[in-house]
Amino acid sequence: MKKLALLAPLAALMVTTSSLSAADFKGSGASFPYSVYQAWIGSYHKATGTQIDYISKGSSAGIKDMKARAVDFAGTDAPLNPKELAEAKLYQFPGVVGAITMSYNIPNAKKLQLSRAAIADIALGKVAYWDDKVITAANKGMKLPHEKITFVHRADGSGTTFNFTYYLSVISPEWKTSFGVQKELNWPGDHHVGGKGNTGVAAQIKQTPYSIGYVDYADAKENNLAMATVENKEGKFVAPTLKAFQAAAAKADLDPKKDFFAAIADPKGKDVYPIVAATFVLVPVEAKEMDKKVTAFYEWSYKHGDADASKLGFVPLPNELTKKIETYWAEKGIK
Amino acid sequence: MEKLFKTVSFMSATLVMILLASIFISLFNSAKPAIEEFGFGFIAGKEWGVEVPIENPVSTVVATTAEKKVEVKPAENDNSLESMLGGGNDDIPMRTIFGGFIPIVGTLLSTLIAMAFALPIAMGIAVFLAEIAPKQISNVVGIAIELLAAIPSIIFGMWGLFYFAPIVQSFVGGYQVSLLTAGLVLGVMILPFMAAITRDSMRTTPDVLKESAYALGATKFEVIKDIIFPYSKAGIIGSVILALGRALGETMAVAFLIGSVFSLPSSINSPTVSIPVAMANSFGEATGMKTSALFYLAFLLFIISFAVISIAKFYFLRKDK
Repeated sequence: MKKLALLAPLAALMVTTSSLSAADFKGSGASFPYSVYQAWIGSYHKATGTQIDYISKGSSAGIKDMKARAVDFAGTDAPLNPKELAEAKLYQFPGVVGAITMSYNIPNAKKLQLSRAAIADIALGKVAYWDDKVITAANKGMKLPHEKITFVHRADGSGTTFNFTYYLSVISPEWKTSFGVQKELNWPGDHHVGGKGNTGVAAQIKQTPYSIGYVDYADAKENNLAMATVENKEGKFVAPTLKAFQAAAAKADLDPKKDFFAAIADPKGKDVYPIVAATFVLVPVEAKEMDKKVTAFYEWSYKHGDADASKLGFVPLPNELTKKIETYWAEKGIK
Repeated sequence: MEKLFKTVSFMSATLVMILLASIFISLFNSAKPAIEEFGFGFIAGKEWGVEVPIENPVSTVVATTAEKKVEVKPAENDNSLESMLGGGNDDIPMRTIFGGFIPIVGTLLSTLIAMAFALPIAMGIAVFLAEIAPKQISNVVGIAIELLAAIPSIIFGMWGLFYFAPIVQSFVGGYQVSLLTAGLVLGVMILPFMAAITRDSMRTTPDVLKESAYALGATKFEVIKDIIFPYSKAGIIGSVILALGRALGETMAVAFLIGSVFSLPSSINSPTVSIPVAMANSFGEATGMKTSALFYLAFLLFIISFAVISIAKFYFLRKDK
């Protein structure tokens, strides 16, 4: 009896804390779109009074939560293929598009241009010095120092790495056969170092002279990192700007018939910046009423969230694509 | 009242044992697939997450012919996401192998650097505060040390990354984030524990003992060496054990500072990885065998901590008797 009496206040405490989380619906998953989702959730709350809770845990954790039906929606950077979706009874649609920059730190080198071969060789650890031919070829008229390249990559598993390795697989058959697309990997080469989170990578590039790494646009901008101009599919060198990201997003080939299963890096087009990535949203098939609330939030965000997204370095989905998504919702009965 | 008090204290003590046992069991269960797959070889395995073909000659032959057929198709047109997931060689049966040697070595080395750096300084601080400094100074410095212990580890991580790492690099060269940087910051983190506990246990030395030594003509150094240290030995060792436990398991600060590269450090200033860092980095996105391998690492860390602490305790305390 005494033992029970001791446990009673504890139990009461647990009951009150669980009833305190008053969010109308909640999600978890990808950290890549966290900042923009958070901004949208704030604006949506102001506009409609709806409370949404999104926890940034990483894509795989989000998928696990979704499969266990612990959340109402999940964010993932790596889309699930239609077969996996059918098995787990989920619907999938894209949430927002972001871009990854090649940020670097070379004192007195303002306008670095990187060809596709140069990016692949740097990631593969095959080029040791900045004045290597593969880099200088695209940078005529610029004197690059004979210094060792330090390649900085993500140490933790991440959607940024997933999308960057997808891009590498597209541009380099060698990368494709030896590494493929992964959220985390043992990077090749002998002069590289890992940073924790985008913040960690950005800080190391900022502090390490002669380093280069891949950082999402939002963090690169915030840290004032120098961002390389990158060669696209048509051989044009394009700087990382919102306009170039939008051009890329407009070309993105996302097919509702396949539940939008695709990565969108390296689209065709003259003005497109090639290293772009879409991030996705998962909702359960059976909870139609709850899904309608989730899709209402995304519909509102597609319409009214452009300013929030652009400010954070993300790209609002092009109109063509949002129409496709809305048709997809209508078809599945979750709009 | 007596009975209630007895029950409560008994329950608290049992709770710790139950927790410890259940953590041990759940770690072992989650690690089981990896333990069965890699066995004890895991401890010496230097490869982490490397794909190797399954050693089965028959299926390999079949696979090579199948692969040749596929290669007729120009690789460049096949940019669908599915064809790229997890490497291009889908036709050869592959398995991913995990070995824990590098994180284990990284954990032990970073702890060793931290202890080598922190132990002498902590002893110096404790002697100074307990025996040498005047009361006012001793109080101020004591509070400063306790404050140092209250700083969250993420702050040490960020401070280490932004301010300390460039300083380390300017002295020893090499990488900014490295085994050395991680070890030194870890040292700063465990310093206050050792210093504060050692000081407190030195203060418990009875004045009578010290005064008798002085009366016999002992110098201050001799009193500290021959009276205070032997008397407070148990407390000092306790502080070292607490610090060891913290250094072995510290995650956040080290994750920012060790570089997180799965390779053996070729020198003290190159990046490597430790067990808690490998887990913090990979756990969120891990699936299948990788999750299991991470649990195996956790299980080993549990055993390493247990072993290091018991050796420290038994070895030093037995010599005393």
